[in-house]
Amino acid sequence: MNALMNRRLLPLAVTMALFVAMAAFGAFTYDGFLAPQVFLNLIIDNAFLCIVAVGMTFVILSGGIDLSVGAVIALATMISAALLAAGWNPYAAMAVVLVVGAVFGGLQGYLIQRFGLAPFIVTLAGMFFARGCCYLISTESIPINDATYAAIAQARIPLGGGASLTIGGLIALAVVVLAMRVAHATEFGRTVYAIGGGESSARLMGLKVDGTKIGVYLLSGLSAALAGIVMTFYMLSGYSLHAMGLELDAIAAVVIGGTLLAGGVGYVAGTLFGVLILGIIQTLIAFDGSLSSWWTRIVVGALLLLFCLLQRLFEGRTHKGA
Amino acid sequence: MKNMFRLLMRHALFWPSIALVLLLAGSAAFNPAFLSVSWHDGHLYGNLIDILNRAAPLIIVSLGMTLVIAVRGLDISVGAVVAISAAVAALMIGGSFSADGAVNSDYPLWAALATALAVAAACGLWNGLLVVKAGMQPIVATLILMVAGRGIAQLLTGGQIITIYYAPFFTLGNGYLLGLPVALWIAVLTWVALHLLLSRTALGLFVRAIGGNPEAARVAGVRSSAITLCVYTFCGLAAGIAGLIVSSNVKSADANNAGQLLELDAILAVTLGGTALTGGRFTLAGTIIGALIIQTLTSMIYSLGVPPEVNLVVKAALVFTVMLLQSAEFRALVGRATRGTRATSR
Repeated sequence: MNALMNRRLLPLAVTMALFVAMAAFGAFTYDGFLAPQVFLNLIIDNAFLCIVAVGMTFVILSGGIDLSVGAVIALATMISAALLAAGWNPYAAMAVVLVVGAVFGGLQGYLIQRFGLAPFIVTLAGMFFARGCCYLISTESIPINDATYAAIAQARIPLGGGASLTIGGLIALAVVVLAMRVAHATEFGRTVYAIGGGESSARLMGLKVDGTKIGVYLLSGLSAALAGIVMTFYMLSGYSLHAMGLELDAIAAVVIGGTLLAGGVGYVAGTLFGVLILGIIQTLIAFDGSLSSWWTRIVVGALLLLFCLLQRLFEGRTHKGA
Repeated sequence: MKNMFRLLMRHALFWPSIALVLLLAGSAAFNPAFLSVSWHDGHLYGNLIDILNRAAPLIIVSLGMTLVIAVRGLDISVGAVVAISAAVAALMIGGSFSADGAVNSDYPLWAALATALAVAAACGLWNGLLVVKAGMQPIVATLILMVAGRGIAQLLTGGQIITIYYAPFFTLGNGYLLGLPVALWIAVLTWVALHLLLSRTALGLFVRAIGGNPEAARVAGVRSSAITLCVYTFCGLAAGIAGLIVSSNVKSADANNAGQLLELDAILAVTLGGTALTGGRFTLAGTIIGALIIQTLTSMIYSLGVPPEVNLVVKAALVFTVMLLQSAEFRALVGRATRGTRATSR
């Protein structure tokens, strides 16, 4: 049992060690890297990625994948901006966006569960559909001039010592804490792990497999919509090209966070560190100043490769052990 | 006669062909000039020719994708490989102006094309190695190159759009041979070569065997790892060819946008053509029809004056429909429903 726990925790430990190593490298190489605000900015600048990656964690834990999240974020920013431009109450607009995201994700989950379709292809079509809907609303960027949104965007929560967090960052952290609780202390969470471990066994155990599978995609759609709202705080605009390719970053964050793509093994906390690692790569490249931004993509690709190979190693050992 | 019709209906290419014909008929109904083809400047000219020309890169990539899907794989890195191949070709050809105003290429054209194709094939081989040797899921294995590939292409081009000035290179994407676009000839050649290779040798049977049941195929003595490696390498090569055509067509290499979302269109073309996403059953001709459906749809939407953005929603609706039609559960549900109505009408 102890050895099994270690095997499961090892990828998480590797991820955390990697983050600490990168932070240490930054601290030694660049002046002012170790300031608290630099690390808070990791969360502030990647708040939407963090939220959507947490939703993706549940999908991947259940053995599925959701490629539509980037497009749903863009749709969320578009709907927010369009409703605000039409004079809606900002909180009503947010509620509508959340409902749209949840319904969108839920419908995808229904197609996947009810008709046994491949999650990859359903969410791919969902991605086309959501981006298409963005264009139908408008092909131009819609600015947001609402006073409430502007106030939320500029609000800073002081944390002492001159460091501060934005509302978006706070929401991201709250989502992480809530998701950890859902994953490890609720029936839903345990069923998700069970489905990822083996769907037919989960069914034989009498778990609510069907509802949970739909619920996982509903949750992912909901978190994408929430991420879209946080993005509107960050960008103060709605645009159909927002969050292009963000689904790949989210999947990368989940994998780097130590979650097995085959499902069943992983931690929400790992995803948080995965997001932080993606963020710190960008920060390191920004601090360096001489490296171009496309190095980010190459480094993320290399890290993905590293962690996938690592996972194969663990999987091989687990099978031999069993 | 009725029997013949039933046989025809059961043919794998029946429904995709009907869809294509309906689309063309629909376009012609809205715009009678849509189907007209004329002779202009020594080559054929018209909407149909335009569709064939524009569909060529997609057809080539989709042919590679068909084989990958047939062996239960998936390659979502083709868009990135298109960008890499275009970048390599553009860098090597470049184009420097000599004193008399003529444009020379930096390297011989054949060397540039060969290098670009070799790099693309290497990308495919890399994907194949990750799938076969490292045992990764195909989506994940190719996701790595999809993420890193555009970064590599941007690294090659220095983040700039590289313009190509060397005119002979433009033949690939803009030239005509015997009245038809060169790109179309390349697509047809690729198809014929693949078709002969798969139907005249045992290779096609092996590919079907691997897709049908990889373990059984291996036990039966099919060299599945070697064949799977070849299939991924070919898919990379196909993406490379498409990259050359695309960059030749726009006379530049854009690391950011070349081949953007091409992987999705290719998968869509393969699905529309009737290849099973679960592997084992594939049809190259169906894939070509699938690619033509996608391009006809795009051209039709443009020619109808509908905002091109609608295209994405239409494509999504298409995918959902095709997926549902392929799903056994959905067929069962529809079957029950129609039987139910028949019973009540009686």
